[in-house]
Amino acid sequence: MLMASPVKTPVAAKAADARRRQILAWGLGIAVLAVFPFMVYPLFAMKVLCFALFACSFNLLFGFAGLLSFGHAAYFGIASYVTAESAKYWGLTPELSILAGTAVAIVLGAAFGWLAIRRQGIYFSMITLALAQMVFFFCLQAEFTGGEDGIQSVPRGDLFGVIPLGSHMAMYYFVMVVFLIGFLIIYRTINSPFGQVLRAVRDNDIKATSLGIKTRHVKLAAFVISAGVAGLGGATKALVFQLASLTDVSWQASGEAVLMTVLGGAGTLTGPVVGALIVTGMQQYLAQFGSWVTIIQGAIFVVCVLAFRRGIVGELDRIAHLPTVWRRRRAERRFTPAPRPTTDF
Amino acid sequence: MHNLMDTLSNLSIDAFMGQLMLGLINGAFYAMLSLGLALIFGMLNIVNFVHGAQYMLGAMLAWILLQTLGINYWVSLLLAPFIVGAFGLLLERFVLRRVYALDPAYGLLLTFGIALLLEGSFRQKLGSSGQPYAIPAELRGGWDLGFMYMPTYRAWVLIASITICFAVWYVFERTRLGSYLRAATEKPQLVRAFGIDVSKMINLTYGLGVALAAVAGVLAAPIYQVSPLMGSNIIIVVFAVVVIGGLGSMSGAIVSGFLVGFVEGLTKVFYPAASSTVVFVLMACVLLVKPAGLFGRRA
Repeated sequence: MLMASPVKTPVAAKAADARRRQILAWGLGIAVLAVFPFMVYPLFAMKVLCFALFACSFNLLFGFAGLLSFGHAAYFGIASYVTAESAKYWGLTPELSILAGTAVAIVLGAAFGWLAIRRQGIYFSMITLALAQMVFFFCLQAEFTGGEDGIQSVPRGDLFGVIPLGSHMAMYYFVMVVFLIGFLIIYRTINSPFGQVLRAVRDNDIKATSLGIKTRHVKLAAFVISAGVAGLGGATKALVFQLASLTDVSWQASGEAVLMTVLGGAGTLTGPVVGALIVTGMQQYLAQFGSWVTIIQGAIFVVCVLAFRRGIVGELDRIAHLPTVWRRRRAERRFTPAPRPTTDF
Repeated sequence: MHNLMDTLSNLSIDAFMGQLMLGLINGAFYAMLSLGLALIFGMLNIVNFVHGAQYMLGAMLAWILLQTLGINYWVSLLLAPFIVGAFGLLLERFVLRRVYALDPAYGLLLTFGIALLLEGSFRQKLGSSGQPYAIPAELRGGWDLGFMYMPTYRAWVLIASITICFAVWYVFERTRLGSYLRAATEKPQLVRAFGIDVSKMINLTYGLGVALAAVAGVLAAPIYQVSPLMGSNIIIVVFAVVVIGGLGSMSGAIVSGFLVGFVEGLTKVFYPAASSTVVFVLMACVLLVKPAGLFGRRA
């Protein structure tokens, strides 16, 4: 079937169809984001987007590289401190202070990633958690972070020195663009040859090595990208709330990124965003009930691990594919002859 | 160098030994907790994130027993680990068992969730402020050793923890039961074929590990404040200890626990600002020089 024919081959038609569907999905997503601040309080909408970036960055490591980082708050938090510092005291414009925060997160991610990938599996998780706790104590004690008070009343400034971001609506659309950039970075990383390699390393480290893949380089690269996107989220959050505080660098924050991803669906593209929406919303509405937030978060973890490992998006995806699975099964049944007796020990 | 000499000359030997002692006490708790983690990881292949909460549960239970029923320290020291251990047995039997077949990451997430549940519940009931627990009358006071003042309770904690650690090590490394357990870790199928109930052994090991955490909790109650947050504060440090020592060996877990406590004590003397981060710096250094941990076999 290699003839060049004017009629589209089924394969090409399918590809064009998939492409059309993809453009539709992106358009729909952007449209939803554009009207989001009209449906909820804009400050809440921005919080969701910042945490969505945070969760997406964690998902890149956990869902696509199989690396359970339990210390992502380090990059999220340090970026928010650096951004707050540079916007408040160095007088940088918002986009530059976000870049500064993200850059520091990337450098920190490179250093910690390089250390953490020396060990595998659960050791990796414990190392990332411990290193993040080191950053927490550093932020608690260092001069510039303001200790328990954090850095308060950070000016949002004027975007590129011209567009004032004081109003929540102006800020929202800026945050939306930042979110789309971060999300696109994740999307491109996953849907690239590098993304394929990442999945190969996740599924079978040894086989990937035998195919000539330098697994440590791949893991480190993923780690750095992930830390950068986490930093982007944290940096933006500092400007949104005009505050950088210890909360964002604590182990609880790392746990939240994990929770959002697991609840929304690890290894899915949009799962972490859905998870961020639900978890942030829950915090917002349960804030007055004290520790109930922690209790419910714990319960969600337990339920997700025991009964719901695909997460919300993963589960929906499975249900959407059920008809295809049934059709295939029916076809198989029709064409396969009666099974021969097997000799299976 | 000048700075260091200054510090040394200003330092009384008494204060110096006091800080080292405090470090060793911390080390005793690190050792007991990391030993429990190593025990559980060896059998269940799960990192027991809820270990810190179980340690908190031990201390909390001792406090509650004293407040509500007037049960004293010595009874609590036996009763609290027994109750928390029983809770551990049920937890393993009905919850943890479901994730053995999965990637170990899920075990970590599951136990993390249970830890949040426990910690959140106690915070909801009791608030997050610490409660004092009085040192039992028999262990009050102290001795003047000439070069330092030794509070009796601290000496007791040190002796008790070393004894407990040694006993657990002895059972696992030197007895017939221990050899069964180690065999079940290495080749569960084969051990099962010999007619040994591996599931029950796993269950009991988990219960024992959890009880160990609770003993540490009761011992800690008079030293630190009893608070719902005491577990999550210590568990991350214990993770660093475990990375330093490697989960592969019991003696490694014990030695690195005391080592980390000792280094922490030293740092408190010479550079107090770094005393809460030194554990993690130490961990990073070990990872650079010996990635498998000081006592670890290749992971």
